Amino acid sequence: MRTRICAALIGTLLSLSAWAATPKDTLVVAKNIDDIVSLDPAEAFEFSSGEVVANIYEPLVRYDPQDPTKLKPGLASSWKPAADGKSIEFTLRKNAVFESGNPVRAEDVLFSYQRVLRLNKAPAFILAQLGWTPDNIAQMVRQPAPGTLQLSWSGDFGPAYVLNVLAARPGAIVDQKLVLQNEQAGDLGNGWLMRNSAGSGPYKLKLYKPKEVVLLEANKQAANPPKTGSVLIKSIAEPATQRLLIESGDADIVRDLGADQIDALKSRNDIRLEEFPAAAVHFVALNLQNDKLRNPAIWEAMRYLIDYDGISKQLLRGQMRIHQAFLPVGFAGALTTTPYKLDPEHAKAILAKAGVNGLEMDMDVINSPRFMDMAQSIQASMAKAGIKVNLVPGTGSQVITRYRARKHQAILLYWGPDFYDPHSNAKSFAYNVDNSDGAYQSTTTWRNSWLIPELSAKTLAALREADPAKRATLYQGLQKEVQANSPFIIGFQEQNRVALRSNVKGYVQGPVADLVQYDGVTK
Amino acid sequence: MRRHAGPLALLRWGISLVLMLFVLLLVTFLIGKAAPIDPVLQVVGDRASPEAYQEARHRLGLDRPVYEQFARYVANAARGDLGRSTSTGRPVGEDLRQYFPATLELATLGIALGVLFGVPLGMLAAHQHNRWIDQLLRLVGLLGYSVPVFWLGLVGLLVFYAKLGWVGGPGRLDDIYQYTVDSWSNLVLVDTLRAGNAEAFRNGLSHLVLPAALLGYFSLAYISRMTRAFFLEELSKEYVLTARVKGASELRVLVRHVLPNVAAPLLTVIALSYAVLLEGAVLTETVFSWPGIGLYITNALFSADVSAVLGGTLLVGLCFVLLNTLTDVFGLLMDPRART
Repeated sequence: MRTRICAALIGTLLSLSAWAATPKDTLVVAKNIDDIVSLDPAEAFEFSSGEVVANIYEPLVRYDPQDPTKLKPGLASSWKPAADGKSIEFTLRKNAVFESGNPVRAEDVLFSYQRVLRLNKAPAFILAQLGWTPDNIAQMVRQPAPGTLQLSWSGDFGPAYVLNVLAARPGAIVDQKLVLQNEQAGDLGNGWLMRNSAGSGPYKLKLYKPKEVVLLEANKQAANPPKTGSVLIKSIAEPATQRLLIESGDADIVRDLGADQIDALKSRNDIRLEEFPAAAVHFVALNLQNDKLRNPAIWEAMRYLIDYDGISKQLLRGQMRIHQAFLPVGFAGALTTTPYKLDPEHAKAILAKAGVNGLEMDMDVINSPRFMDMAQSIQASMAKAGIKVNLVPGTGSQVITRYRARKHQAILLYWGPDFYDPHSNAKSFAYNVDNSDGAYQSTTTWRNSWLIPELSAKTLAALREADPAKRATLYQGLQKEVQANSPFIIGFQEQNRVALRSNVKGYVQGPVADLVQYDGVTK
Repeated sequence: MRRHAGPLALLRWGISLVLMLFVLLLVTFLIGKAAPIDPVLQVVGDRASPEAYQEARHRLGLDRPVYEQFARYVANAARGDLGRSTSTGRPVGEDLRQYFPATLELATLGIALGVLFGVPLGMLAAHQHNRWIDQLLRLVGLLGYSVPVFWLGLVGLLVFYAKLGWVGGPGRLDDIYQYTVDSWSNLVLVDTLRAGNAEAFRNGLSHLVLPAALLGYFSLAYISRMTRAFFLEELSKEYVLTARVKGASELRVLVRHVLPNVAAPLLTVIALSYAVLLEGAVLTETVFSWPGIGLYITNALFSADVSAVLGGTLLVGLCFVLLNTLTDVFGLLMDPRART
């Protein structure tokens, strides 16, 4: 009897065997989605939520990840800037409908923008910078004729910039009727949209469990329905686990691999590896609230005290590439020259000439492996020229909390643009006209107390420029100035390494989260 | 006098429970407040305008005095409202209903395996005191203590999932079943049975078996060592000698004579191990992408999501108290001396 039970037990265990491939019409993506706070386009401001919103909603105009240099029609089929450069007229796409079947109307556009401004969540500032407020938006967004929209703005910038603002996440158009049906206690449907969708994009949200899964399902009403019926994004935080999943065929795409996993996957011919530059630039910044860090000779010397090659080719192989300008590769006008190399002797000479010795500083750093690896390398290379760097590790929120209060001395950090326009980074690295404690800005310049009236004027000039080619040239000039003379030592740009099952075709990942589109992917 | 001991003891127990939970909340709250992290950043990000920042701060009630925030929290919690998590955007109660069952399922199977193997092995080790079996079991126990769980978990996945394909991979169900089965209790085994979906049930079990075996092994290490110690102490006593003299078999001596005498302390050990498992095993949950309470609380802690941390702590604290009380009651029932 007992042996029979034993045999039955072992038999059951063996028959549990699971050689499961992914479901045929579902693209299974494994990545860490712990960062998602909300999937409401008026609130979503994280990487993972950004790509979900980009697949569910359409803005008036958008960038195509296949060719991110050209603006493409979204819900607007065409657009024309006015002669005075202060407004743009859009024609809405004919017969466009939301996933609910409701037609897309000019009122939905106005409602969507107004909603972002009234809710005033994290991404609201992107629209608010156009001079839009909940009160004046109805005058700024008007409907001169059915199916057309006239958008105007107050502020000294050109239509090229405004179009990029509208292509950003809070520019996503939501279904007014459906959203208002689900409004609770005057929340403009915010609570409902955190977990449901009301868009016109290729997918709709089928299921969302925080920190567990996002399931997207083809939107049958979409103008161009997607090639793959469903996309299942499951939260797998551990890179080693992601590797096992793709090896076993339980995931089609895995997104957060480290160098070890990549090496292990190289030899497999059923798995393809691809690299996509991400928009985050990594840098060391010096807080000029500290007198001892104000000497530009220190800034100059430190540019020669980072082991660029060691970090990008060994320590964080495949995760970081050398990049020394504030606009990341993938943005129009990005400067790709890399004039600085590790050269302790040269750095010593610069410091000696300036009479600096015995310099010691604390450097705040996020305690994740990537930043700690970089920080320790920087600590070692700085020591070669007699600069003593003490590391102050903390969690991401801890480090940012201190940074906002300008309490740090040096900091190792990254900056990702708020949206796909060069001004987002130029404002951060080359604009600061009021350095007082009360004039809080989230820019790298203000947070490190670097006051630059002249450079700021040039940044504004680039913002005003309507011609994209001229605009790119202006940004190149700005990047050169910051590269040569600023308290920021920009060293690296992040790179995403993605592993795909070899039958997966058509996946492209742009430098920002809004440029991850799943609708063209087949398997 | 004695007749009133029941209700009185119950009252005393109730008061001490409430006090204990209150102190637990207070300490957790203060730790949350002392952490140098700004919870508003989690909500609005670090790029928001000062107005949006202030608005979020006000909405979270963080512009009020600390004692008022705490009083408000306790008052709401007493009404069953645990507040809203800033990192998931949902009510904490709803989050706990999603994450705790995952841990409960894993921990229950884990402790069952731990007891099923740990107690007999401990008895065996005590019986074979200082012989090779004892030494071997000591080694097994030591490994259970000292091998890092994430390593063992990854190796287990590599061998049994990736290479052999015997068990399901990370997560609680294969993707095919995951969203076809209605989440009624959030316990996969219960939900799949309720849906009458035998295949999904087997799939759920295949995902559960490896992490549960891992947790089972770790609790086995502890339980078997403690069982051995309890038995060794008893085996030298005279009643054991008497039983043996009377010709009782060794198995009978161990099971019928000694086991009842060590049952109470052994139960305490098991209950505490269970409670520890219920707290969630962060590393195991990470490796197996198991959406459990340990990972939830840890993530919440990192982003200063005070409501989520407090809610989670409260639940874990409750588990500890309940298990403790249960073992006390069992102890009373098992011990004839305590019954009078």
